[in-house]
Amino acid sequence: MSMLSIKDLHAEVDGKPILKGIDLEINPGEVHAIMGPNGSGKSTLSQVLAGREGFEVTRGEVRFGGEDLLDMDIDERALAGLMLAFQYPVEIPGVKNVYLLKAAYNALREKRGEPEVDAFEFLQLVREKLRIMDMDESFLHRGVNEGFSGGEKKRNEILQMLIMEPRLAILDETDSGLDIDALKVVSDGVNSLRAEDRSIVMVTHYQRLLNYIEPDFVHVLSDGRIIKSGDKSLALELEERGYQWVLEEAAA
Amino acid sequence: MSAKQESRAVYLERFEADRAAWTEALPEWLMEKKRAAAEVFAGAGFPDPRHEEWKYTNVRPIARKVFQPAGEAGTRVAPPDLLEWSLGELDLIDLVFVNGRFAPELSSVGDLPGDVQVRELGEALREMPERLENRLGEIATFEHSSFAAFNTAFVEQGAFIDVPAETKVDKPVRLLFVSTAEPEPVVCHPRVFVSAGMGAMVEVIEQYVGQPEAANFTNAVTEIDVADNARVEHYRIQRESHRGYHVAGVHVNQGRGSQFASHNINLGGRLARADINTRLGAEDAHAFLNGLFMPTGRQHMDTHTRIHHAAPHTTSEEVYRGVLSGHGRGVFKGRVLVAQDAQKIEAHQSNDNLLLSRDAEVDTKPELEIYADDVVCSHGATVGQLDEDALYYLQTRAINPELAQDLLTFAFADEVVARIPLKPVREQLEQGIVGRLPDNEKLKEFV
Ligand SMILES: Nc1ncnc2c1ncn2[C@@H]1O[C@H](COP(=O)(O)OP(=O)(O)O)[C@@H](O)[C@H]1O
Ligand SMILES: [Mg+2]
Repeated sequence: MSMLSIKDLHAEVDGKPILKGIDLEINPGEVHAIMGPNGSGKSTLSQVLAGREGFEVTRGEVRFGGEDLLDMDIDERALAGLMLAFQYPVEIPGVKNVYLLKAAYNALREKRGEPEVDAFEFLQLVREKLRIMDMDESFLHRGVNEGFSGGEKKRNEILQMLIMEPRLAILDETDSGLDIDALKVVSDGVNSLRAEDRSIVMVTHYQRLLNYIEPDFVHVLSDGRIIKSGDKSLALELEERGYQWVLEEAAA
Repeated sequence: MSAKQESRAVYLERFEADRAAWTEALPEWLMEKKRAAAEVFAGAGFPDPRHEEWKYTNVRPIARKVFQPAGEAGTRVAPPDLLEWSLGELDLIDLVFVNGRFAPELSSVGDLPGDVQVRELGEALREMPERLENRLGEIATFEHSSFAAFNTAFVEQGAFIDVPAETKVDKPVRLLFVSTAEPEPVVCHPRVFVSAGMGAMVEVIEQYVGQPEAANFTNAVTEIDVADNARVEHYRIQRESHRGYHVAGVHVNQGRGSQFASHNINLGGRLARADINTRLGAEDAHAFLNGLFMPTGRQHMDTHTRIHHAAPHTTSEEVYRGVLSGHGRGVFKGRVLVAQDAQKIEAHQSNDNLLLSRDAEVDTKPELEIYADDVVCSHGATVGQLDEDALYYLQTRAINPELAQDLLTFAFADEVVARIPLKPVREQLEQGIVGRLPDNEKLKEFV
């Protein structure tokens, strides 16, 4: 069964149509890249999938693991295993990072009918994931993303992902603002999530990240539509030739 | 005669009736103060909403009732009950009052360093009146509130804390005021006098609690003298019952290089009002005012602070937060007065409020009155809702909307509580705040 099935998805923000008919099938184990020029609707698509209010779906349907995704509340989507790593992670002063991780982890356990995690066990788990993300333990006791640098925020998103282990991970511009070393750490983190029963969607403007996390499929989004799909060679071609030719080809 | 006048008349009759007994027990200088105060109260009565300082708080619910005089503490509160109001592992110098009446068998003072005095006020007035003469009643003013005069007229019991120069009191002094459920609600007028001599240090925790159905009226006045280079850390933790009435005035006088910190946490009461006034009377004095009010249901909580920079090179910082839910009503008025020749002062004030329901309401009013020209002052007041982006973000992390709201509300309130230096007090308050949030069972583990 497909992991995510998007059919003729239209969405608008503040009455302005942004997504204009998206079709996309993602199967378990696959890694997809969604590329496209700035403003093409990549973040809008990510936020619609995560359930952001104010992003109104006007047509089409989305099935996640066979269920109607658009009918689910935001937290239900996360509980069902969909997780978005934000392009701009939100700063939440006063809510400690470790509380967020623990609340998320326990919510997922509760959903599976498991008891709350033992405090010591949880700390062991978090420490292991912090190591993978090359993050200091002090990050646990800071407010969520509070005063984090751009790169630290991105690492923190992936840290959350390693704890929550979603079935469908969507990464919105996770590579932006990262230097080469950080990019390596972040992509190692993401690669460690690759599994047969898990799908990954990478939303990115540049193909740089795709050198580290190789996609099975690449889609080009433009003006709210997927105008071309291919394998990873498409990403390389885009890197070499830019977006213009695809846009022209689609217009022709 | 209006109902309001009627209760005043009853109290004044009571004053006359008690006068003879007081004259026997109390020093003449105090009787004079009491008489003068009774006269002020007789003239002014209860504050009227037309009074600028009482514009947003109508005290009719207090004025129209006649509260009975409180009887002796007796056995209304037993030692095991104290556990409920414990401040964790804090080793305390502990004075306990029941409806304003001292309960010696519930209190424990222990050994005090040097000539430090921590005593029940009535006892101090009998045994060492000279140590209170020209001190008690010299800091509190009736200017902003006739409740202070009402208190002074009926002064009988309370606490006397006297710390001589260069002395540090290692343990915090806790004054626990328990309000009990009575068939006929009672009134009490606790009076607290704190003096920290030059270079001295003391922490004083005034903790007001109520049994669930207690509908009494507590009318407290606290005077604090912070001498040169002394430091006083003052806590007011107000958790009266949801039926209780609570009015309090804290009056502070600060000397050169002194430090006064006030942590004023209001969670309880049907109608609660606190006035905190400090006068920075000499150079290098610093005041820190930290406060939180969280009215819910039909609670009304009002805080008025007045910081008087009477001398140059004085500094103050004030942080107040309000969290309002249900039909809760909050009032904050922060006045900063800078005298004409008080140059080079620095005063910062903020009051941020979180409105969690459509029916909740808050009035916030900073009031800067500056007569000097070389000053740095800032103030800001905000009223807002929970951050939508933060709520959304938490929900995308599998956190249900109720818990997300609680987490953010707690974080907002904790800005104030986190500034409390005594850890057990801080932790107790954090649990108290969590206990008031709807999804608190889940939240508990995060605090
Ligand atoms: N909150 C918003 N309100 C109005 N327009 C928006 C909002 N967010 C995005 N847009 C518009 O939607 C379009 C797509 O934006 P976005 O999805 O962020 O593109 P991308 O992520 O591909 O750069 C842009 O034209 C952008 O200006
Ligand atoms: Mg984007």
